[in-house]
Amino acid sequence: MASLALKNLFHEKVRFAVTLTGIVFSVILTAVQLGIFQGFIAASTDIIANSNADLWVVSKNVTHVEQGVAFSESKLYQVLEIEGVKRAEKQIVTLGAQSKKPDGSDEGVTLVGFDLNGGMGGAWNVVEGDARDLAKPDAVLIDRLYAADKLGVTQIGQVIEINSRRARVVGFTKGIRIFTSQPAVFTSFKTAQSFLNLPEDQTLYLVIKAAENVNLTELKERIAAELTDVEVLTRGELVYRQAIYWVIGTGAGITVLVAAALAIIVGIVIVAQTIYSATVDHLKEYGTLKAMGATNLYLYRIIITQAVTSGLIAYVIGIVASIIISRISLEGTLAIIVNWQLVTALFVLTILMCCASSVVAIRKATSIDPAMVFKG
Amino acid sequence: MKAIEVRNLVKTYGAGETAVHALKQIDLDVNEGELLLLLGASGSGKTTLISIVGCILSATSGSCKIRGTETVGLPQNKLPRVRLENIGFIFQGFNLFPALTAQENVEIALDLKNVRGASAKRRAAELLERVGLADKLKSRPADLSGGQKQRVAIARALAGEPHIILADEPTAALDSVSGKLIMDLLQELAHEQKRAVVVVTHDNRIFDYADRIVHIEDGEIRDDSEMQTEAASSAFSFNDKQAAEAAA
Ligand SMILES: Nc1ncnc2c1ncn2[C@@H]1O[C@H](COP(=O)(O)OP(=O)(O)O)[C@@H](O)[C@H]1O
Ligand SMILES: [Mg+2]
Repeated sequence: MASLALKNLFHEKVRFAVTLTGIVFSVILTAVQLGIFQGFIAASTDIIANSNADLWVVSKNVTHVEQGVAFSESKLYQVLEIEGVKRAEKQIVTLGAQSKKPDGSDEGVTLVGFDLNGGMGGAWNVVEGDARDLAKPDAVLIDRLYAADKLGVTQIGQVIEINSRRARVVGFTKGIRIFTSQPAVFTSFKTAQSFLNLPEDQTLYLVIKAAENVNLTELKERIAAELTDVEVLTRGELVYRQAIYWVIGTGAGITVLVAAALAIIVGIVIVAQTIYSATVDHLKEYGTLKAMGATNLYLYRIIITQAVTSGLIAYVIGIVASIIISRISLEGTLAIIVNWQLVTALFVLTILMCCASSVVAIRKATSIDPAMVFKG
Repeated sequence: MKAIEVRNLVKTYGAGETAVHALKQIDLDVNEGELLLLLGASGSGKTTLISIVGCILSATSGSCKIRGTETVGLPQNKLPRVRLENIGFIFQGFNLFPALTAQENVEIALDLKNVRGASAKRRAAELLERVGLADKLKSRPADLSGGQKQRVAIARALAGEPHIILADEPTAALDSVSGKLIMDLLQELAHEQKRAVVVVTHDNRIFDYADRIVHIEDGEIRDDSEMQTEAASSAFSFNDKQAAEAAA
């Protein structure tokens, strides 16, 4: 059975190549679209996901983290009193800071101010310079991704302007993408506070690290019960809220999901079409098998074996290509993230797609009248 | 026990105005060890008859017993098993699988019988040897002559050890020498291996091989005993041809 299925498949090289090409393109298109989707999620949530904080305290009804409204730092002292809190710090994340393009026009930045000793909410992937230098006055770290193009910053020691104040570049991070493509600028909480003209006793957020073995949900509720006018969210909840706002809310994510769905449909149609036409061309062979005593199940297995084999080969080619595309994309601003979850999901999807594509062919093969074997 | 026992067999294609009465009340017995030739003009119902006997077409009414088992009215899903256990088909157009070698073509039939791997390879080689193709195991159908293809088809039909071999015009696409080889083989299957062999044919060159000739006309069997002598006397057979060649 398997030998007939595979030999028939490989016997017709052109048809096989067409089938493979169809599936490979479908796999690549789907991988790229879903990879862009994941890139969007990462760009909108990385700063929170990498914050190393268990809980975030945010002003009420914040839909996205860049939109926080300032509240009094007295809440920090309240939080520090609560049992189960290991550490809590003030935090700033905002889109409300302007720098200057090399040509002098305004360029918005994503300003992140964090407690240098807190181990939360700070910069990661520091590739040049040292995050400890942020303790120096006016010191900032900038992400390489947009630094040169958007801010004209290429090396340590350059001075830029943020909200008309002087800022000195002490290092660079790499690969921290921001959904709005406003360059990420990391600085100490104090420096950020002064850039924003935020009163001494105000903060935009609190980040909290729970003590070991503390139930997070319970801790979250205890803190929420203590504080007024703010919300307490786990890191995951804030990531989710953030992703919904940027990826779904702006419609950008929907667009790529629709494109991914189209890629899958096109894949199904191409594979269904080639498998169907291959089946029709081999009807006499299927009829002969039936006359020889093959059951319908035997015929299903031949067709499914062909579909799944095509799927597997094309999947491998498509995934390798997608991973290469992903690698290349990570050097640029539009991240196409092809991670193992996507690789696994696409595997299942490809196999399902090929099986779904076989349905019409199977119906054709099993409905043939075996008496047709006698025809010319 | 009769290999094939057909009684009052009726097959009507379609219904109403356009109905085609392909078989009208057919009675026919075929014994084991017998080679029966089924003659008739084109459209007389020969293919329909062997299709029903071979369980690849369902009859409209009547009875068809294969080695004592009634097959008319059997549910569709029971038929593959009956075919697998009893029937070997041979076709005018050979119906080999072009992507497979001769040996693999035979192995497919063994696969259906759950014989696989090395034992299937060995068995397929034996069967091909038996039809004189020991040196063609690895050849694909495209590289074989018509007669060789038909011998592969016979080896394939034999793989299932069928009691009944149904051949539809097996020699029509072959030259005389190949046709004779095929008929020799089929005759051997009937006489030495005691299988029931039914050969549908137009080919008057092969009449000599018949143990019995049955004539079918417009879906009805004409009295067969008288046909036999008529056919045998009028036939220009391979044997005559050989005699002629020998004389020349
Ligand atoms: N599937 C079919 N549908 C309708 N009529 C058919 C079908 N198959 C055969 N027939 C008709 O049944 C009659 C017998 O056909 P067939 O058994 O093929 O004859 P033969 O093999 O002797 O040439 C013919 O009139 C033919 O046209
Ligand atoms: Mg016919």
